[in-house]
Amino acid sequence: MTAYITRRLILGILVLFLVTVLVFVVMRLLPGDPLTLYISQSQLSLGQMTQEQLDALRHQFGLDKPLPIQYVDWINGVLHGDFGKSVFYNTEVGTLIAQRMPITIYLGIMAFILSSILGIIFGVVCAVRRGTWIDNVVTIIANVGITIPSFWVGILLIYIFSLRFHWLPTGGYTSPFTDFWASIRQAIMPVFCLSLFSIASLTRQTRASMLEVVKQDYIRTAWSKGLKERVIIIRHTIKNALIPVITILGVQVSLIFGGSVLIETVFNIPGMGRLMTQAVFQHDYQVVQAGVLIVAMVVVLSNLIVDISYGWFDPRIRYS
Amino acid sequence: MDKSSKQVNGAISLSGFEEAKPHYGEFRRVVRVFFGRKLALVGFLIIMALILTAIFAPVLAPYNPYKMDMTQALQQPSRDHLLGTDSLGRDNLSRVIYGSRVSLLVAIGAIGGAAIVGQSLGLMAAYFGGVVYQIIMRITDALMAVPMILIAMVIASVLGGGLKNVIIALGVGMVPVQCRMMCGQALTIMQNDYIMAARSIGTGDFRMMIRHIFPNAFPSILIVMTVGLGTTILAEAGLSFLGVGVLPPEAAWGSMISDGYKFILTNPMLSFAPGIAIMLVVFGFNMVGDGLRDALDPRLRGTF
Repeated sequence: MTAYITRRLILGILVLFLVTVLVFVVMRLLPGDPLTLYISQSQLSLGQMTQEQLDALRHQFGLDKPLPIQYVDWINGVLHGDFGKSVFYNTEVGTLIAQRMPITIYLGIMAFILSSILGIIFGVVCAVRRGTWIDNVVTIIANVGITIPSFWVGILLIYIFSLRFHWLPTGGYTSPFTDFWASIRQAIMPVFCLSLFSIASLTRQTRASMLEVVKQDYIRTAWSKGLKERVIIIRHTIKNALIPVITILGVQVSLIFGGSVLIETVFNIPGMGRLMTQAVFQHDYQVVQAGVLIVAMVVVLSNLIVDISYGWFDPRIRYS
Repeated sequence: MDKSSKQVNGAISLSGFEEAKPHYGEFRRVVRVFFGRKLALVGFLIIMALILTAIFAPVLAPYNPYKMDMTQALQQPSRDHLLGTDSLGRDNLSRVIYGSRVSLLVAIGAIGGAAIVGQSLGLMAAYFGGVVYQIIMRITDALMAVPMILIAMVIASVLGGGLKNVIIALGVGMVPVQCRMMCGQALTIMQNDYIMAARSIGTGDFRMMIRHIFPNAFPSILIVMTVGLGTTILAEAGLSFLGVGVLPPEAAWGSMISDGYKFILTNPMLSFAPGIAIMLVVFGFNMVGDGLRDALDPRLRGTF
């Protein structure tokens, strides 16, 4: 077990290392000068700057060194907790992320919990009541749920609940520690949008997995032993059916983070997603690099947790 | 019935097997199962409608989707403009119709590219194993660790929007799924005896991958690709919504939603219509994918 976790950890670190290489290559090798933004901010155009000024700027940002050295410098900084300086905000990237990340995590965790609970419940109910109207209705809603663009749902919800009926605020973010109820009211629609796709896909997955398990011999054995339906469903079917569902819970983390890019824009929430979108627009390369790395870290970590918990849920799996 | 099969039937009838069921070809069986699913049929019809709309957009669209007419700006839906007009006086319905071209082009381009690159890599990883497998699959892991829309957003913005760059960006985002799927399938297929048989008669590496492994992996790959088309359309809409997608005058559903959002209180149809179009099309691809899975999944073989 310890050996397995160690191996997975090393693999995770290797993957993160590759992420840093990939993001660095994409940001630096493709066309576009990272200095353009800085220059346009200082109200000067490229032509107005003398070569010396440009060189001085390049030197200030370390852009005059060869690429491999720049990469090593960056990684060295990251390992020491220094993500570099944002060109646009003119502050430490680490500080920016520390401000924005908790907001995305807060909404993301709520979305994750909501989608896990609802997705699994809907899936189980559909499978147990297979062929009834409940199954048909929920399955169709789930099929629509995986096709509907989340940002469009956000717009629809804003239109209905904020602009037409004025029940909920159109967006923004308040910390739950400053004003709990305002925070909850602002979070309802974004969290729903973030979790919609996950709820739908988990429902489909759980339902399919339940129907697979019901066919197994040990379920027939349970019936022939004369066990109650409730016991068979809860103790024998759900427990086994959840194993493949747990595998895709790790994927949900990535999906929720991806969704936050769009949803935070729709609801004007100052989280990681919004920071990344703005940074991408502003060619704020340090922020993009650090942001992608941090998001990848969270995804890799949650996949690691899923892999490890897998063996706890399914003792048939041996860590070898 | 040709001559040889008659002889075979004759031979069998001697041993008392006249009642043997007619043999269905694999393709006919797949078609039968596929169209037996109501939702798959619905999906198929939606996709057909999308393709036809994209091809015949100039015929179907009542107006030129790019022609601005400020006197007609922000009209409510009427007989002249069934879905109203946008803030520049362009006909919304015509733009939704033309938007199908962008969606279809991006989806096919991105998935096509991702399939060629990703599946080749997956095939090589599985076939050669060892170091090749480790290198390819670890890079795949790295790409998978970053949400697809984020990769696409970064690449699209670095390359600078536009149809071609959006296709490249989304293609890169879709590569890992294709690669991983192909690799998994190929590893399973390589366990089969016919692979060993092919190897024993000295089949070369390339021929082995193309003639023996790829065709057997293709059914499962086709399902992933179909669903991937839907995912790509969703992602493209997302990119266009954020403003890093297809560039402005071009009618893309995602950017239409974003443009219409500003006028949602007075002209909700500007945002609603393209959203419904996206939903329908993605639903279509997903249902076709589900139908194909039912029809092609080897585990369900023999039930029909």
